[in-house]
Amino acid sequence: MRILTRVAPFYGATSLIPVTRAHIDGIVLEGNAGLAFAERLANLGARVRVPTSLNVGSLDRSDWQRHGMDPDYADRAYRLGQAYVRMGAVPSFTCVPYQVLDPPAFGEQIAWSESNAVAYANSVLGARTNRYGDYLDVCCAIAGRAPAAGLHLDEPRLATLRIDIGPLPPGLAERSDFWPVLGYLVGTLAGDRVPVVTGLEDAPRPDDDALKAMTAASATSGAVALLHVVGHTPEAPTLAAALGGRRPAETRSVSLRDLRDARAELSSADPDSPLDLVAFGSPHCSLRECRTLAGLMSGRRAATGVDVYVTTSRAVRELLARDGTLATLEAFGATVTADTCIVVAPLVRPGVRTLMTNSAKYAHYGPGILNVGAIFGSTEACVESAVAGRVVLEEGPWTSR
Amino acid sequence: MDEPLTIRGTSLVPGTADGLALASDVPISFWGGVDPDRGTVIDQRHPWVGERISGRVLVLPQGRGSCSASGVFLESVANGVGPSAVVVSSPDPVIGLGAVLVDELLGRQVPVVLVAEADRIRIRTGQRVAVEPDGTLTVGPPARDVAGSG
Repeated sequence: MRILTRVAPFYGATSLIPVTRAHIDGIVLEGNAGLAFAERLANLGARVRVPTSLNVGSLDRSDWQRHGMDPDYADRAYRLGQAYVRMGAVPSFTCVPYQVLDPPAFGEQIAWSESNAVAYANSVLGARTNRYGDYLDVCCAIAGRAPAAGLHLDEPRLATLRIDIGPLPPGLAERSDFWPVLGYLVGTLAGDRVPVVTGLEDAPRPDDDALKAMTAASATSGAVALLHVVGHTPEAPTLAAALGGRRPAETRSVSLRDLRDARAELSSADPDSPLDLVAFGSPHCSLRECRTLAGLMSGRRAATGVDVYVTTSRAVRELLARDGTLATLEAFGATVTADTCIVVAPLVRPGVRTLMTNSAKYAHYGPGILNVGAIFGSTEACVESAVAGRVVLEEGPWTSR
Repeated sequence: MDEPLTIRGTSLVPGTADGLALASDVPISFWGGVDPDRGTVIDQRHPWVGERISGRVLVLPQGRGSCSASGVFLESVANGVGPSAVVVSSPDPVIGLGAVLVDELLGRQVPVVLVAEADRIRIRTGQRVAVEPDGTLTVGPPARDVAGSG
């Protein structure tokens, strides 16, 4: 509670409000101080006061031996998860609680951590949370309260920055690599402001996974906790609604060229480099995304020397195992992990130099955390590249003039 | 020119510190951006890549990216390779939280000071920065023996 009351003023809060649920991100093993804190709380008998889900952790709890993980690391990662389970949290171990468990309702006051989950809950669901960092999340869960400020209130949810997208070539907004690129650019432009995107009103409605890719990317390149897309997100039926009838403090025009530059920025490796790893699932793949991958991978096989990872939740992997999708993915040569992912656990074998991914988040964090070069591509291009054993890029309307 | 510059900021997390500035206009995510065991910047898209943050006064607009930044901040200080202070021009709750955790859990102080954007950009990498508990910064000329070093 003292941590909570000391941090509340950073959000501009002078009081706390009740929340109905929490999501805890502090279960990625960063070191021993965090483990000591969580175990101290659990040993003192702390209990979460509201339904609380757990984020992705640092090991696949059913299958860690298969990944050649150091037993001491695995033990500490397991203990960290258990400390939160002992406090009463649900062992969901996923960064997409909004797809795995029942999602929060529009207007619901919640205390969530995990940058992608925060951005999705606020932007796509209209639930209300600030970005709660590691260890404040559990403080909110135990107290059942959060600082009464920021995105919990009405006014700070209004956009102050308008990002107007210029004409796009036909078909671009339907591509699997459009929404994450848009999100990555929006995050760069917005920083920690609330942006509203215009110019996509006539684009086909993006599905939940496309919106997930967009919000995750915006929370990676920026500190975006809430963004609006006019016509596509619930607090932006119109531009005026998203702005609260005010004029935006700033308007930025975005051209196809800007989007193309943002897309190029996501790739850090030479596309002629030998391909070692293809990864899907940051944020965790949904059931639908896994089935889309299975459709692309069915009856085919990844080239020798190319590792393929599909990272998802335990719940989704169980369903994949039951309906045969898991067998299709594994026959392709994919390793399907649950509870964890390649940037929060040491899964990737040493010697991997080049990663290809359809995830802006993997493409952004992979180079620093895994010391690899990254290539960003569409879902389809990633599968084709895994089969070919080299980077195959399919540009489509991205190269339109 | 060699006169020290005084900047009055707002103390988000109070403390006293002294160190050489590491300044950038680009926000950083500690998680995925800093190795908490070595104190080096690993974000290959950040201008600080390869720099050590240990003992430095970090000067930047705000944080970005992961909510785990506060956890990595805590671990870097626990491992003895954390920054000595952070100066931001936007009140970043996740960085502020990291410094509160350092105080509450380790009993150590890494002050975080909020300054105006116009003041932040006056602080250059390599300058010596002293932080007072009330949020006052004294920015000296670059120390000769370390000028230009990382």
